[in-house]
Amino acid sequence: MLVEKLIIISCVIGASLGIAMYSTLLERKLAAWLQDRIGPNRAGPGGMLQPLADGVKLFFKEEFIPANANKFLFIMGPSIAMLLACMGGAVIPWGNTLEIAGRTVSLQIANVNIGVLYMFGVVSLGAYGIMIGGWSSNNKYSLMGAIRAASQIISYELAMGLSLIALIMLNGSMSLNDIVAHQINGHWNVIYQPLGFLIFLVCAFAETNRAPFDLPECETELIGGYHTEYGSMKLGFYLFAEYVNMFISSALMSTLFFGGYDIPFVSLFGLSHNLETILGTVFLFAKIGGFIFLFMWVRWTLPRFRYDQLMNLGWKMLIPLALLNLIITAVVGLLIK
Amino acid sequence: MIANLPNYIFFFLAFIAIFFAIMVITAKNPIHSCLYLVLTMFAIAANYVLLNAQFLAIVQMIVYAGAIMVLFLFTVMLLNLNADSEPVKSNLMKFAGVIVGGTLLLLFTAALRKSIGDAEPVMNSIPMQIPNHSNVGLIQNLGWVLFKDYVFPFEAISILILSAMIGAVVLGKKEKVQLSTND
Repeated sequence: MLVEKLIIISCVIGASLGIAMYSTLLERKLAAWLQDRIGPNRAGPGGMLQPLADGVKLFFKEEFIPANANKFLFIMGPSIAMLLACMGGAVIPWGNTLEIAGRTVSLQIANVNIGVLYMFGVVSLGAYGIMIGGWSSNNKYSLMGAIRAASQIISYELAMGLSLIALIMLNGSMSLNDIVAHQINGHWNVIYQPLGFLIFLVCAFAETNRAPFDLPECETELIGGYHTEYGSMKLGFYLFAEYVNMFISSALMSTLFFGGYDIPFVSLFGLSHNLETILGTVFLFAKIGGFIFLFMWVRWTLPRFRYDQLMNLGWKMLIPLALLNLIITAVVGLLIK
Repeated sequence: MIANLPNYIFFFLAFIAIFFAIMVITAKNPIHSCLYLVLTMFAIAANYVLLNAQFLAIVQMIVYAGAIMVLFLFTVMLLNLNADSEPVKSNLMKFAGVIVGGTLLLLFTAALRKSIGDAEPVMNSIPMQIPNHSNVGLIQNLGWVLFKDYVFPFEAISILILSAMIGAVVLGKKEKVQLSTND
């Protein structure tokens, strides 16, 4: 039992880190493709070893802590960012159950009955990594970046939470496993909650600090934002945490709105249970890949928002829309009942 | 040993909570105070998990540690408070502080002492509605209690919070008007 969980935990952490690692390469390749360039192609065949080369470079750089920085918090910042990024995968159901030697193994680390809230908690704590790092660097640009990040995360959390409430009302459970079970056979939540999905998508972009909402690290105004003073692997952790976050939020969106590991009408083929589970997991990762592609596509297509535009969009557009969505869901739910 | 494990964990968590709470008031740097307060919140959330109240624990983390403390940090960072810029408090202020703190302690102790006798019948009445004692803190049961037995206080509190929110907005607006007339 414990061994099974340990294996699943190492698989999930390994997959998160591995996918995040190759997302960096994909990001550069995609940027090159969208801008009609070739992209990194020196390390390994077609540039396949580029992430390894980047990692080695970051590890071998000089460890540097600015003279007036708060040393303990300066190191804690990227550590917290990375820790929280890796914690997100714990409640996502990565597949249905496998039957190995008469035992049923669930492909989920923890099936807690408040899975949605757990994810929400991890997201809302994500502000600390950035704020602590930005403040402890003792640099005004870092501090501005950190403050921007905090206000951005708080503003978009509200709309995200409201869109999630409508989803929970529809599914009648907060457990991610139950939400996926509710969507089996093509009854994906995105069909019933298109507006909720759009709001969640926009908020996910803002929460992961991705373009067009990457104001915390806006180079033209803030040099590097909250990680201006960071170098070597500490900077690497911040950048890496962003890619892990992107992977986890893609997984969350696939789970909440796109049926998770569900393949519509797969039951018609009468496959064996284990094969169906493995195919479902592959399908889930395909959905996640699609979302990661969308994240990158948007980054290299849309310009960055201005800060007041960001706040107006969050408070004056998304929150009223999310409230409207909530009321419509409640009324329609009552009428159908 | 195993039966006493929750007790040991409780004492450990209580020690952490109180230790960091003391650090909050003794830390010179306001940012450090804020961060210690976050750790205190976490210790309290862990205590809720120990009581099988997972929903309360996660809400404690989202609302207090995740939102309110981020706002606190945000404000402290913006104000740029330093240990040396803190005004020296007069003896009168310190005396008033001691009185207020002592009264609060008295109030809490009184409330706690009174609730020790009251908690027993409440705990005993719960199994009538909920068959499994260990599920008391789960979200379904909490929902039933909140929206059935305590629906009036619940709604009253929400109106109270709404009025506080509107008050904050009104106060914030007033300042802006004054600023523009000064210009």
